[in-house]
Amino acid sequence: MAQSAAKHAASQGGLLPCLHEIQAELGYIPNEHLESIATAFSLSTAEVHGVVSFYHDFRTSPSARQSIQICCAEACQASGSRELEAGVADVLGVEFDETHPADNYRLERVYCLGNCACGPSVRINDEVYGRVELSSLRQLVAEAVQS
Amino acid sequence: MTITVYIPQDTTAVSVGAERVATAFVQAALNAELSYTLVRSGSRGAFGLEPLIEIEVGAQGRLAFGPVSVDAVPSLVTSITEGEYERHSNYLGPVNTIPWLESQTRITFKRCGEGDPTDLANYCALGGYRGLERALTLSPQAIVEEIKVSGLRGRGGAAFPTGIKWQTVLDAHGEQKYIVCNADEGDSGTFADRLLMEADPYQLIEGMTISGLAVGATKGFIYLRSEYPRAQKMLERAIDVAMAEGYLGADLCGSGQRFELEVRMGAGSYICGEETALLNSLEGKRGVVRAKPPLPAIKGLFGKPTVVNNVLTLASVSSILADGGAEYARHGVDRSKGTMPLQLAGNIKNGGLIEVPFGVSLNKVINKWGGGTRSGRPVRAVQVGGPLGAYLSSDQLDVPLTYEALAELGGMLGHGGIVVFDDTVDMAKQAHFAMDFCAKESCGKCTPCRIGAVRGREVLDRVVDSTASSNDLILLRDLCETMEQASLCAMGGLTPLPVKSAMDNFPEDFGVTDNQYEVAV
Repeated sequence: MAQSAAKHAASQGGLLPCLHEIQAELGYIPNEHLESIATAFSLSTAEVHGVVSFYHDFRTSPSARQSIQICCAEACQASGSRELEAGVADVLGVEFDETHPADNYRLERVYCLGNCACGPSVRINDEVYGRVELSSLRQLVAEAVQS
Repeated sequence: MTITVYIPQDTTAVSVGAERVATAFVQAALNAELSYTLVRSGSRGAFGLEPLIEIEVGAQGRLAFGPVSVDAVPSLVTSITEGEYERHSNYLGPVNTIPWLESQTRITFKRCGEGDPTDLANYCALGGYRGLERALTLSPQAIVEEIKVSGLRGRGGAAFPTGIKWQTVLDAHGEQKYIVCNADEGDSGTFADRLLMEADPYQLIEGMTISGLAVGATKGFIYLRSEYPRAQKMLERAIDVAMAEGYLGADLCGSGQRFELEVRMGAGSYICGEETALLNSLEGKRGVVRAKPPLPAIKGLFGKPTVVNNVLTLASVSSILADGGAEYARHGVDRSKGTMPLQLAGNIKNGGLIEVPFGVSLNKVINKWGGGTRSGRPVRAVQVGGPLGAYLSSDQLDVPLTYEALAELGGMLGHGGIVVFDDTVDMAKQAHFAMDFCAKESCGKCTPCRIGAVRGREVLDRVVDSTASSNDLILLRDLCETMEQASLCAMGGLTPLPVKSAMDNFPEDFGVTDNQYEVAV
């Protein structure tokens, strides 16, 4: 951790790359590390907290093993994401911004995956799926959970 | 006889099955003992035809098949082994005769889909790096003049003349200057940047290098949104190859000139697509908007003179330098010069990337290329220019797609996103979403955006619940006016555009008939 922070602190504007690396490593950015990150970057802990809390991607508590993101932006709305958004909780048995108790994945909204000609789009971990309907979503999630 | 098979690895192609099709192809070819070379190319952007497979046999041109499903792969392999391509149900003919593609004017996207995106030799064989070679023989001022002649304007949305921006940075004093590529393509309905970075990353790298030569910058950053992991891999691989081959680094093509390039990832914040918020984010800070002046061209990244341009703007630079600014300016109309990569999305049958000269009508794009809605229902609304663009009604579709004509309608062309809605859309809900999105993504620096969007969402909560009074709509207009006039950046300043256009063009969805609220105002 300290090594990573020192390495990034030496590069210009290295705080975001540093936070990305810590999150990739640990799955989240533990609050107890903020002080040592701040020291490495010659910042206050409050400033580092400010950066971490500004960006949607950064988490300060452990997260689920996998993530399911439903695109809810305009182009997907036009092709049926509102129905997906309304029905997904029933189909998957988990609410938005919560983690599925048994299958350990987190359900989130996302605003645009750049797949707008083939919506509604869903991202499961790093893979994007197009033209997703409630019926196919159940199947996709089941496959992801198994793998 | 050599057989080469091209299957795209683009995000959208993969999202509709290209990866599974590729796996199935390898298996079926193995079973049929077919000898061939597989190239995982970028996409041409004809997303209605993806997964689009191209087969090149000997010296013949490429034959296209699409959309190919996993089930259709064995019969495709059979038609290759038997040489009877035309009989396959997905046969589309030679790829360069597909009407959807043939009727476009591809300049920036001409290489997309032609081969392995990170194959540098292929890029050069297709005319790549001619622009840089020429730029290396020119003075910085001569490069800037070439851009001015081209009439190129920023493709990110604001359409600021690129040549003037570069001139400002060239004239600015500073030991260190920077080139920043805004690849934070957060607008819904847009994917041109992503497509280009995944299909032809060297073109962006070349454009940024030329920009560095033009203004005297030795370091560039590509600020890429975290939602684009494939583009990240492609860019990083391409940068490594370009470094190794001397197209980046301390001695560009043996000229003694230096330019280095780095990809930096965003972290899921929409506002970081705004150039000053982006600069703060690159500096490792909260992505809060800066007041202008000073312009980034004078005091930008780390306080140094900085060119901030969108992916498509910088990519266009390589062909402008290769073929001359005058050649580029031959396309387009009025002050909208060159070509515009439009992105047709939403409820559309044949969506994708359509690069055409400025001036083509919206109607033609939706019906000729798009083939109407995917649902088969009538078009009711079209949002042009991303989430901050206006909602046009079906009787406004004759508008020619130029910066000027859209502005006259009270809208904007923005980054060229076109999102089509059918007649099931509830425009009050769309207006509500615009305010809600602004409330969620506002950086919080200025009050009209931070508070205005929340108040706007509350009013629209009542409209959507059918509990609004006509006073609410007056209040909403008032709020919109405050946001437009007093916000620091385009997020707060333009969120009223979709809201007001929805109210103006679809009053029947706001619980008010006969435009009563206009009388009340």
